[in-house]
Amino acid sequence: METIYLAIPLAPLAAAIIAGLFGRMIGRSGTHWITIIAVALSFALSVLVLQDQLVTDRVFNGSVYTWMVVDGVNMEIGFLIDRLSALMMVVVTFVSFMVHVYTVGYMHDDPGYQRFFCYISLFTFAMLMLVMANNFLQLFFGWEAVGLVSYLLIGFWYTRPTAIVANLKAFLVNRVGDFGFLLGIATLLFFTGSLDYVEVFATAESLQNQYIEVFAGIPWSAVSVACILLFVGAMGKSAQMPLHVWLPDSMEGPTPISALIHAATMVTAGVFMVARMSPLFEYSEAALSVVLVVGATTALLTGLLGIVQNDIKRIIAYSTLSQLGYMTVALGSSAYAAGIFHLTTHAFFKALLFLAAGSVILALHHEQDIRRMGGLKKYLPITYWTFLAGALALIGFPGTAGFFSKDALIEAVGYSTTPGASYAFVCVVAGVFVTALYTFRMFFLVFHGQERIDEDARQHLHESPWVVTLPLILLAIPSLLIGWPTIGPLLFGDYFGSSLAVLQQHDVLRQLGTGFPGALGFLEHALMSPAVYLAAAGLFVAWYLYLRNPDIVPALQRRFSHLYKLLLNKYYLDDFNDKVFARGSLAIGDMFWRVGDDAVIDGVFVDGSGRLIGWVSGVLSRFQTGYLYGYAFAMVIGLCALTGWMLLSG
Amino acid sequence: MLSTLIWLPVCGGVVILLFGDRTIGDRMLRLDRWFALGVSAATFVIGVLLYSRFDTTTPAMQFVERVPWVSTFQIEYFLGVDGFSTPLILLTALLTPLVVIAGWDVIKDRPAQYFASFLILEGLLIGVFCSVDALLFYVFWEAMLIPMFIIIGVWGGERRVYATIKFFLYTFLGSVLMLVALIYLYSQAGTYSILDFHQLPLSLTEQILIFLAFLIAFAVKVPMWPVHTWLPDAHVEAPTGGSVILAAVLLKMGGYGFVRFSLPVAPDASQLLAGLMISLSLIAVVYIGFVALVQKDMKKLIAYSSIAHMGFVTLGFFIAWGILDQTGSVVGISMGITGGMVQMVSHGLISGALFLCVGVLYDRLHSRQISDYGGVVNTMPVFAVFMVLFALANAGLPGTSGFVGEFLVILASFKASFWYAFFAGTTLILGAAYTLWMVKRTIFGAVANEGVAALHDVNFRETVVLTVIAVFVLGLGLWPAPLVDLMTPTVDNLVAHITQSKL
Repeated sequence: METIYLAIPLAPLAAAIIAGLFGRMIGRSGTHWITIIAVALSFALSVLVLQDQLVTDRVFNGSVYTWMVVDGVNMEIGFLIDRLSALMMVVVTFVSFMVHVYTVGYMHDDPGYQRFFCYISLFTFAMLMLVMANNFLQLFFGWEAVGLVSYLLIGFWYTRPTAIVANLKAFLVNRVGDFGFLLGIATLLFFTGSLDYVEVFATAESLQNQYIEVFAGIPWSAVSVACILLFVGAMGKSAQMPLHVWLPDSMEGPTPISALIHAATMVTAGVFMVARMSPLFEYSEAALSVVLVVGATTALLTGLLGIVQNDIKRIIAYSTLSQLGYMTVALGSSAYAAGIFHLTTHAFFKALLFLAAGSVILALHHEQDIRRMGGLKKYLPITYWTFLAGALALIGFPGTAGFFSKDALIEAVGYSTTPGASYAFVCVVAGVFVTALYTFRMFFLVFHGQERIDEDARQHLHESPWVVTLPLILLAIPSLLIGWPTIGPLLFGDYFGSSLAVLQQHDVLRQLGTGFPGALGFLEHALMSPAVYLAAAGLFVAWYLYLRNPDIVPALQRRFSHLYKLLLNKYYLDDFNDKVFARGSLAIGDMFWRVGDDAVIDGVFVDGSGRLIGWVSGVLSRFQTGYLYGYAFAMVIGLCALTGWMLLSG
Repeated sequence: MLSTLIWLPVCGGVVILLFGDRTIGDRMLRLDRWFALGVSAATFVIGVLLYSRFDTTTPAMQFVERVPWVSTFQIEYFLGVDGFSTPLILLTALLTPLVVIAGWDVIKDRPAQYFASFLILEGLLIGVFCSVDALLFYVFWEAMLIPMFIIIGVWGGERRVYATIKFFLYTFLGSVLMLVALIYLYSQAGTYSILDFHQLPLSLTEQILIFLAFLIAFAVKVPMWPVHTWLPDAHVEAPTGGSVILAAVLLKMGGYGFVRFSLPVAPDASQLLAGLMISLSLIAVVYIGFVALVQKDMKKLIAYSSIAHMGFVTLGFFIAWGILDQTGSVVGISMGITGGMVQMVSHGLISGALFLCVGVLYDRLHSRQISDYGGVVNTMPVFAVFMVLFALANAGLPGTSGFVGEFLVILASFKASFWYAFFAGTTLILGAAYTLWMVKRTIFGAVANEGVAALHDVNFRETVVLTVIAVFVLGLGLWPAPLVDLMTPTVDNLVAHITQSKL
């Protein structure tokens, strides 16, 4: 089994290296075959591991090699394979596999074909190392490595000015999160003396009663400080407000990676991390409360932004932000299993939506503006139906995968007693309406109503090739159906076993699951809660405004022009960051350089002492022969003076 | 073995000086650089031999050579290496052949002297790291300045005279005070052996004065804020090879000085002044990070980045007393010192590589200004891979050597204070910002001008040089254990020594 664990991440790594170094030699088809086979192998083995977990429930915790030993701390590269990581491995490799296949069609004409396959295989490796880690060092490795590949892929089309601004922004905003993350790791090392998960978790309970004074005189519980700092990392990677600003811009990258990295896998790393750290977060009410409030705010506010966007990928990106907020809310209310469940279903339906959107973009020759689409249903039947499946799952249409995960999550928040839970509940419930509104606004504008396509594009309009549509179909199936068999064991059964820790008093899922009547019963029960009706209302409003009576929209925009402007400008957060952080840093740097270095240190001290020495030696040279080189002379004087002084004082 | 390491390159250099210039014509010239490469490669092989025979279980000096030199003053020719010196010797021995290869076709003006200077410089630098006799150390320390001055002064840029004088002014001032301190220590110990200095009981006043005298010498070399302003000028004016050795090895002499002299000789003064040293280090990280952000000249940017990264070295060393004050325990101290040492080696590789990258561009377009580039990836894809790799390593990406030292130092400084770790951690953001912003403006984007459009990609020679460094940068990032194991006993020994008061 250990060999299998090792093979799972190494297969895509090997493929990435081959594609990167020898891509030109083995050609396009050689490259895609090698990488696809590698990731398919990785997927198959992951399924095997999951199956093994289901049968034996045997947790594997072992080291691969010792990175270094310093100061008695063992820093290792190693794997922790339990049901949580096994599930993540399957999700990651499956979506990655689909995206690899899809890329063959989508990137067909791109000159950077081999490079692209190299990057996405490398990403798969990094993401697997992240989820399989058994210690904080490797977690941080994976964490930064996925960020690196994301940086490379957002800037994949490096001649586009917008792309290379977006990737720098993404990297830097993520680094702000990583900064907190690293400090969180340092906190844990300080208090526990270890970087190993199991050893750190074992001390979690006692950490509650240890205190750290970040500000003198105000003792904070160590576990709260550690968890909040770790969560700052999650806010960067999982794009929670206010560190979400990089994700919409990351849509500058090619669509397959928007699906793989910026929807299904990398951005959920933060959610996975918090779930993995549940034995710590459970002991910090404060941290859970922060998680809850940040998640809820993100869920609602970024969803609202999705309503006014016109770029098809950006709408889905804002929806990703909002859904990540939902997952985070689940974590904050201690319903970790619900967070991971939503992560899983979201990975399927969001990857599907992105890839379907990509299919639309491909058909329209890289047109992304939904105002220049419309009526595409009859041209792109497979894309249409699969997109619809994804959209229904996203809004939580009863029976779809998204319905089960989102509805369970909302109910769990309702049971939560963590401070901020009632605020969070309002946000996530209101968010359901917003989600349905922006999703179906997009859906109707793209596929129904008037055709607003260029005449030129219409000539070539046809359904995408099978390499594109097959992944859509394969992703549509779990998007619709995966909830039925999984909700029971994942949420209310003992699937996660010991891999997620929940304290008795936080266990909202157990409360929710008391007398769980099975998936069908859950569906019936949900039909009596407001969420489903809010989703329906959102769908109806979208239909009314954008199909039935589109003239109202401009009127509404005028009527609520302030709100509209606020949303269009994304709450002015980008402007704020640009003016305050970017320009502020440059101004500070300029000041330090010109005033500190040039004027004071060099101007006064260095050149000043140069002038002083020149002047002194000038004076002295009148008494001397005048041949002595100024500096050397001053040195001798200084040397004598100091030796004399030392001898006298010593 | 150590003598061979020192004198083989020095003699090789002298041979080139004597015979290299005699005949004119291409054939003889070729022999010079081949000879330089042969000598430096042989030195590297001996270095590898040293590494393979190095005993990683003892903190004692190894490969000791000890003969009287000037008996009247008990000066000895006393050589030896431990876990602090060996990594730096290997770094020197690795980079010199690469510098020779990098200068292969590029140096047209007096090439024989150019290669000779680097060989002599290499020998003298190794001498600095091998010396266990303080006066011998001082001789190498001063002697090594001569080839460096010559390299900048002869093959440098337009303002090379200003840069050289500034460099001279700074370093000489420091060296003289160090000499005073060494003579004083001799007067107390009756020998020049550094090992005896370590055991010397000194009063607090003595320690403070000695510490300050050393501080000026070492702080200038590191360089620490605020005595850093010579470095950007020196780098800008130095030829590529000069910049590489300057950043990669010369700066390390300062850090080496701290662990060889300041800490073990004056532990109580170090403790007393640790707060100051930590503050200066953090200022270097944060202040210089901001300054690097606004640089328009690539070499200046990398020079400032060097100062910020070297801040981690001094932080890692002096955080020891922060930890001791805060926790009353020695846990974490060796992590900081190890981190500082790893950071020195890693910074040597990365900054050297970045200067080589700038050199590659400069050789083609004769400009170091960021604004003269843009979209280099379009015409130089292979080069872009290297440049992005080293830039990311400079930004401390895990998996590269740049991460290891910073990681350890940040972890260690947390034990002293949350805020130390906080300010040190800002390098994650600042380091990425100034490095990757430079990459964005030079490497990425559409082809910016005709100059960039006419660029041709790295040739075989340049690829070899950059590949070698890339292998080490990645290797140490993925598996730093061999480097860390090399110094663990020495670090532990130092920790035991410095946590023992001399008073």
